[in-house]
Amino acid sequence: MKRALILFGVLAASITLAAQQPDRRQPPPIGPAPSLKLPAIQKHKLSNGLAVWIVEHHEVPLAQVNLIVRSGSAADPIGKYGVGSLTAAMLDEGAGTRSSLDLADAIEFLGANLSTTSSFDFSAVRMSVPVSKLADALPLMSDVALRPVFPVAELERMRKERLTGLLQARDNVAALIQLAFPRIVYGPTHRYGTSANGLPATIESLTVDDLKAFYRAHFRPDNATLLVVGDLTPAAALPMLEKAFGAWRSEGMAALVAEVPTAPQLGKRQIYLVDKPEAAQSQIRIGWVGVPRSTPDYAVLQVLNTVLGGSFTSRLNQNLREKNGYAYGASSGFDMRLSAGPFLATAGVQTDKTAEALREFFNELDGILSPVPADELAKSKNYVALGFPGEFETTGDMARKLEELVVYNLPDTTFSNFVPSVTGVTAADVQRAAARYVQPEKMAVVVVGDRKVIEGPIRALNLGPITIVPIDDLFR
Amino acid sequence: MTRWLTCTPLALATAILVLAGGPAIGIERSLQAQTAALTVPYTQFTLPNGLNVILHRDTSVPVVTVNVWYHVGSANERAGRTGFAHLFEHVMFEGSMHVPEGSFDTWLEAAGANNNGSTNTDRTNYYIDLPANALELALFLESDRMGFLLDDKAPGKVDGQRDVVKNEKRMRVDNQPYGQAFVELSSLLYPPAHPYSWPVIGSMEDLSAASFEDVARFFRTYYVPNNASLVIAGDIDIASTRKLVEKWFDDVPRGKPVPPLEPLSAVLDGVKKKTITDRVQLPRLYMAWHTPGLLKPGDATMDIIANLLSSGKNSRLYRRLVYDLQIAQDVAAFQQSQALGSNFVIIATARPGQSLDRLQAVIDEELDTLRKAPPAAREMTRALNQTEASFYRNMERVNGKADQLNAYFKAAGTPDYFEKDLARYRAVTAAEVQAAVDRYLPKDRRVELSVVPGDQK
Repeated sequence: MKRALILFGVLAASITLAAQQPDRRQPPPIGPAPSLKLPAIQKHKLSNGLAVWIVEHHEVPLAQVNLIVRSGSAADPIGKYGVGSLTAAMLDEGAGTRSSLDLADAIEFLGANLSTTSSFDFSAVRMSVPVSKLADALPLMSDVALRPVFPVAELERMRKERLTGLLQARDNVAALIQLAFPRIVYGPTHRYGTSANGLPATIESLTVDDLKAFYRAHFRPDNATLLVVGDLTPAAALPMLEKAFGAWRSEGMAALVAEVPTAPQLGKRQIYLVDKPEAAQSQIRIGWVGVPRSTPDYAVLQVLNTVLGGSFTSRLNQNLREKNGYAYGASSGFDMRLSAGPFLATAGVQTDKTAEALREFFNELDGILSPVPADELAKSKNYVALGFPGEFETTGDMARKLEELVVYNLPDTTFSNFVPSVTGVTAADVQRAAARYVQPEKMAVVVVGDRKVIEGPIRALNLGPITIVPIDDLFR
Repeated sequence: MTRWLTCTPLALATAILVLAGGPAIGIERSLQAQTAALTVPYTQFTLPNGLNVILHRDTSVPVVTVNVWYHVGSANERAGRTGFAHLFEHVMFEGSMHVPEGSFDTWLEAAGANNNGSTNTDRTNYYIDLPANALELALFLESDRMGFLLDDKAPGKVDGQRDVVKNEKRMRVDNQPYGQAFVELSSLLYPPAHPYSWPVIGSMEDLSAASFEDVARFFRTYYVPNNASLVIAGDIDIASTRKLVEKWFDDVPRGKPVPPLEPLSAVLDGVKKKTITDRVQLPRLYMAWHTPGLLKPGDATMDIIANLLSSGKNSRLYRRLVYDLQIAQDVAAFQQSQALGSNFVIIATARPGQSLDRLQAVIDEELDTLRKAPPAAREMTRALNQTEASFYRNMERVNGKADQLNAYFKAAGTPDYFEKDLARYRAVTAAEVQAAVDRYLPKDRRVELSVVPGDQK
């Protein structure tokens, strides 16, 4: 009896095995989405009032410490465009008692990774370091952030490096379109119209005094937040932070608040052509003034853009790459800043298909104004919502997400509310947002490419008047 | 070459300066902080059809990554059909027998996943990063394209991706300043029959010539489970994941054994000098040598030498050329480790008004200095610390770890080679550095390529 049972068992097993041949007629079902449990943000203040946010993250023995200063290139005075960016870049070129080379050596030898950076909206000193070396590394970081020297010789070196970089931008269609598009949408007098790094003339003119003035006005504890993520507790971290940053004082009057005025919106479609003879591809950017990060339509626009050009299966990429093979890729995006940054759709397309590609761009920009089918909407919402936990994987990732809260003054509930707000987006929401934020008949069309090949076919499209933009104009 | 780039329409002009600017400095972990041995626990098994499977559990975030390596790259191509391995990589995303065209990406995006692939000389990799609850979808898709790629729509899919790949080449090579330099370097370093003599992306003529029959033959020869390895890492249960792998991959038919590539000799017996023109503002110098292959004795030493030369403000070439003399806009030195033999490459761009001869003279001075005297202990430690840091940086993300497990499996025969790999670097001595510069970076046997302003070519 027992033997028979065993035999039966073997037989059943082999039958089960055969029955386990997978059913490939449809994709397997997906289980319930895992929920992201975000650790709490523990908020403290040092004795000088400097805000400190700590998030415990005990996976690896690393600490990420980011000092965020709520002023960036948007605070550049007119005529001194590039000063904020150069100030940030110069912070670690000599600080405290150390020269640029000594500082680099000390940081490298400790095993820390320290960078200084800025954007239109903020400046930052970021450091990643093994927790065991945090106490040794923090004084180096606070030297860089609090006691930069701005040596003249280092400024001259950086100036040459930046000017040469701008010279090299003339070689590169991708670099040229990055200069051309904002200049056309915002104009050369709006701060968003020229590179955050400045242009040759302003880079030539900046002095150590300019850098020090920018530094004094903005790098102050009442205009900064310290973000700490890693394998530590507030009890362990706060005394070290107090020692490194607690003596930092604000000088003079209150911190300057840089406000970039909202740029006037474009009114009619126009084409701008930057000639790059013999270019193997044309760089295309189509867009206008978009929205600020504070827009109540943030989640709706994430979904809208995912449908239009924010993912591989987005309409622009499917059309220009997969259907027509005009481009290696096509995409779109809302660059959200404190003030309204640009919306743009972009691709590099083969030269002889430039006009065809433009036509397809407008087919898709017009198409997003119609209701989005339910399955496409569901796919895009899932892509945004279910992919969100992946943005918190490392200590560096987590710190960058906290930066968003600081720089854009967002509530702590922003991340926990994000997934539900995406899930709640309807086709009507997308259609309403598209009607307001995507108006193809008013957008600027900027093309960098081989004029002798592309101008005729573009004219034949009759999209709007064409202006030829000399390359030199992008650098003035 | 990759199937697609992450879309970065919002990149600021800052990128221009970052690319042209200083070296990346800093590290994340010091030698002193290193105590525990670095091991990555894994479960490994081989299916009856020969598929090698490696599972690693890491529950830090609720995501999993599915990473497949096919042990085939552009080195398996033949003259007249270059660029084929990469073109084929593109076809792998276009659907398979049970996955309609377009659905591969659509279904994954609907599950919140990202996916991509890349091809180099030696291998082709594919990854899918997705929420842990959608793992089975990824296994279905991977197994279907491994077992059942070709259907009656396949010829059309090849034509579609042929145009995409040509635009990838236009973007990355033809329209890129100095883009032809690496194409030239490959053909200068290797004889025409050597499989590293052509670029991974291939030539426009060969891309046009690739036929559907080529695709079918390539698939049947190389895209077989016995020539592949599958890593699943992340928030998984090992036992149930193994069952899922068996469920989806057991019916993929085994292929014929893939014969290993015959190692062809490639030597330089003198200086090969060439100058080409390109539509660039500034001249750029490339120097290249043959060096020991991936994981071979001497390979790690060359990585350390690259670090000493160009990593950080205090590195020898950066400090001389960019910082002190300010005659170069940038300098980079790197060991390009490959299965059939590596290359060591130094690249420097002249500042306006500076000559490449002057740059080359300084580079030779610095190489001579290293030939004459070993580097100081502190310099060695700094280089080692930076090397360790890049290890840990790569391991912070589960997809980086998965790709490394597959890389070790292919190159070393075992997925968990992390500690042994680090040990290679820890064992490099200053005297070995000195000896390796002398042996592998001779002045009289190398490639010297100059790219100077002019029309392209």
